[in-house]
Amino acid sequence: MTSQNHKTPDKVIEVTDLVTHYGTRKILDGMNFEVERGEIRVIMGGSGSGKSTLLWYILGLYKPTEGRIKVLGEDINQISFNEHLKLKQNIGVSFQSGALFSSMSVGENVAFPLREFTDLDENTIRIITRMKLEVVNLGGFHKLMPSQLSGGMIKRAALARAIVMDPKLLFFDEPSAGLDPVVASEIDDLILSLRDNMGMSMVVVTHELESAFKIADRITVLDQGKNLLTASVEEVKKSKNKRIMDLLQRRSRHDKLDPEEYLRRLTQENYTLS
Amino acid sequence: MKSDLINFEKDDHHCTLFVQGDVDLSNSSELRKTILSALKTSPLVEVDLADVTYIDSSGIAALVEGLQYANNHDKSFHLKRLSAHVKSIIELARLDQVFTIDD
Repeated sequence: MTSQNHKTPDKVIEVTDLVTHYGTRKILDGMNFEVERGEIRVIMGGSGSGKSTLLWYILGLYKPTEGRIKVLGEDINQISFNEHLKLKQNIGVSFQSGALFSSMSVGENVAFPLREFTDLDENTIRIITRMKLEVVNLGGFHKLMPSQLSGGMIKRAALARAIVMDPKLLFFDEPSAGLDPVVASEIDDLILSLRDNMGMSMVVVTHELESAFKIADRITVLDQGKNLLTASVEEVKKSKNKRIMDLLQRRSRHDKLDPEEYLRRLTQENYTLS
Repeated sequence: MKSDLINFEKDDHHCTLFVQGDVDLSNSSELRKTILSALKTSPLVEVDLADVTYIDSSGIAALVEGLQYANNHDKSFHLKRLSAHVKSIIELARLDQVFTIDD
């Protein structure tokens, strides 16, 4: 049995017929979305497709116009403030920017949720904090300030903070964005190892195809506020849906170029993708 | 020193703590106190983790604190019979290279 699975519902997220507005503009339009326990679900979609909005509503930052959102079995719009606070302790979030407190050391950043939500003593907090930094390969870096970290180290420190409370559900926004391919691949390996060793369920928003195909159990493609497709990596790759094909045909920065084809793409007046 | 979480066997030379069920924020302080108490009276303390179904970071920290105390007081502290879940958590944090782990 992997960690926590015996106490976690089969479906860790259930979003049903979710409708949201930003002012008068409809953003999510009847969204349905489910994530199963122990699953790594990748959310993809172009700008404005509703990826970030869906995350904000699942995290309970806003009230929906219509629809229901259940997280770890709790209807987040029906529970009390204190119940929601308790629920949030089982949820980790690693933001795209890292969102580390710039005035705190790496160790203080990671320890912050433990100091905020538990009454553990300082020796225990120190051990847990440094253990989590070991897990993300930042062992011994606890005294550094965020300004002293590289982009990849900031992502890893943010991840250490997101997992310090042993959450059942982890949200990861753009884990590979802005990282070189080697560091991005290390983060992907870390995500897989957290799922395998700690049994966490994860929702990962990413634009990076290589990363999505490596880590996803299933991929959800959002388009214009709707769930366009939820399927396995292979099924997504084989999809004949034009919008999905457009998304997949975006070239990764790291793809090897065919120089002749590239030149044609740059110069031919009537060039179209073959 | 008997509870739903921990049972023990003890003689003049060593004490074995048998931990069972879930170890989390609600009871990890009991594990910590029991380990430290056993180390005060026995030169060797073993913690049997075969029946642990879940352990969180505070539980792992209690084990680390046991080792920390043992090393500072010239005592021995071993883990034994790790359940699959405990083993995966210990390995994720690379603590298998720190603890003495017996079969």
